[in-house]
Amino acid sequence: MISRFYDVIIQTVCRLLIPFIQVFGLYVIAHGHSSPGGGFQGGVILGASFILLCLSHDLQELRKRMPLKMILLFCSLGVMIYAGLGFLCLLLGGDYLDYGKLHLLFPVNEIQSRSIGIFGIEVGVGITVMAVMVSIFLNLAAPEAEN
Amino acid sequence: MSHLPFPILIIVVPLISAFLMILLGWLRKSLCYLLLIFVLGITTLSSFMILEEVLWKGSIHYRLGGWLPPWGIEYVIDPLNGFVLLIVSTISLIIGITSKPMVEREFPERAIYFYCLYLLQITGLLGIVITGDLFNLYVFLEIASLAGYALIAIGEEGAPFASFNYMIYGTIGACFYLLGVGYLYIESGSLNMADLTKLLPGLLSSKVTLIAFAFFSVGIAIKMALFPLHVWLPDAYTYAPSTVSTLVAPLTTKVGAYVMIRVMVNVFPPTFFTETLPAALLLRWMAGLGILFGCLFALAQKDLKRMLGYVLIAEIGYIAMGIGFGNRNGLTGAILHIMNDGLMMACLFLFVGAITLKGWPRKIDQLQGLHQTMPLTSAAFVLSGLSVIGVPPTCGFFSKWYLVLGAIDAKQWLSAAILLASSLCNAILFFRVIEKAYFGKAGNEQRIERPILKRDEAPLIVLIPLWVLTLGVISLGLFSGTIISNIIHLTIPASF
Repeated sequence: MISRFYDVIIQTVCRLLIPFIQVFGLYVIAHGHSSPGGGFQGGVILGASFILLCLSHDLQELRKRMPLKMILLFCSLGVMIYAGLGFLCLLLGGDYLDYGKLHLLFPVNEIQSRSIGIFGIEVGVGITVMAVMVSIFLNLAAPEAEN
Repeated sequence: MSHLPFPILIIVVPLISAFLMILLGWLRKSLCYLLLIFVLGITTLSSFMILEEVLWKGSIHYRLGGWLPPWGIEYVIDPLNGFVLLIVSTISLIIGITSKPMVEREFPERAIYFYCLYLLQITGLLGIVITGDLFNLYVFLEIASLAGYALIAIGEEGAPFASFNYMIYGTIGACFYLLGVGYLYIESGSLNMADLTKLLPGLLSSKVTLIAFAFFSVGIAIKMALFPLHVWLPDAYTYAPSTVSTLVAPLTTKVGAYVMIRVMVNVFPPTFFTETLPAALLLRWMAGLGILFGCLFALAQKDLKRMLGYVLIAEIGYIAMGIGFGNRNGLTGAILHIMNDGLMMACLFLFVGAITLKGWPRKIDQLQGLHQTMPLTSAAFVLSGLSVIGVPPTCGFFSKWYLVLGAIDAKQWLSAAILLASSLCNAILFFRVIEKAYFGKAGNEQRIERPILKRDEAPLIVLIPLWVLTLGVISLGLFSGTIISNIIHLTIPASF
């Protein structure tokens, strides 16, 4: 159990740092298909920012920002974005995960639609990885009764 | 109907529904069970359609994302995995139907997560069977195993430890498998099974290929609980919740056996493990010892579920032995036994689940009077027990028949003797239980007359699937000639 302690330096520095970490995480997710990075790496960075929040403040602060139900929701939402996007391609008449078919929905050509498809999948992966990181941390840190 | 992409639906529908299950569970908990049955119904229907198409039109190839095979992931369905797909999806549907009362009795508060894990387990098992890519197979192997560890850990006291044990063994097995994939990739530069079949004959003299084969064999042997590597199985399946052991006991080890057939006979040239390496000899010895030890340990058990766990180890030995003979009859017996043993084990473990549901103890010597209270349930146990022994009209007889024929063709008289002796041993095992349940009297220490017990059958939702399985055990025995000539003969490579 992580209880509250008051350390002005740690709390202030972390409060300043966390938004930048999260923006960086989003950057890594968004640039996953054109530069090093991707959904997994970005998701881990996002998850780490929440863990830092918990370490520098306390468990309640994390619970307030991210209740247990939200974590579970994100866990399954990410996978559903991934699988659902693949399924969408199937509905549009292509093979599973054949993003080329997404150009029927968006005003782009087939090559750009592949890029969009991969981006959508990276977002899904990122959301799930972030939620799973936080939930593993909470499982280890919080007493069983609170899970 | 036939233009629907069934090969992908059979994987994606349970995968998406597993996560949908959590969201649905928050809205209305009672709908979870219906979603489970609906999804399993879809997978069963899909596997029927797939097998029908494969048998009429030949192998199906499905390319994920439209990428061409040696680079992209490809799902390939030929008669062998079409057949195993049908077995896995049908048994999981039948067990899924029976899960409701057992879940409500044993862990009602975790029902949502149980159903989610159930679907993930099925996704993993179906994925292992359907994929035509060795690395993709590893991914599905991990999905199935992780779901399995979590499912087993739900059980009674001792389950978390048993599950942890299983996790360590299972992880080592999966690592070995992955190392095998890695070495094969170094040597051949391909992960696609069909591609490897073409590339490997030229690479067989290389030591890297030999090491890859060794890693594959040990990894898969751990996953299918072949004899010296079976240690995780009895504990894990004894302490697991009844509905979980009914699901994983018939399916997980059988899917492992399928992977073994696929890798040894299809990916590597069939003569490789029989002639180039003494692998077949080793496999036969391990299987033979496994059969003997499984039967002997089963004789020593007092707990019915644990006894069935050891019987399962012996049954895995039969399948491995059939592969090890390296001839047509032996392999026919092995593939037929994948189906038969799946049914028999589902039936036997479901019986244990049914009596636990009615508050009966699992200790064999406390089963007196069972046939009075639950006549239909115990009759199902007797029939499936006869099938494990190998009494003629039941399906267990036919797979053993082919295994013995395989032993004779391979001139392995010792193996044939072990197969026959194990039948005898199984007869002692099951008649010990049947004797207690039907003719058992209260022991001398209980002088008081037992009251005539009232009839108290398992609920219909369990009893009907149990009898469907039992009738399956008998009718598949009667129709095994048709199954062998129409399906199994197509699955065996021509060189056998």
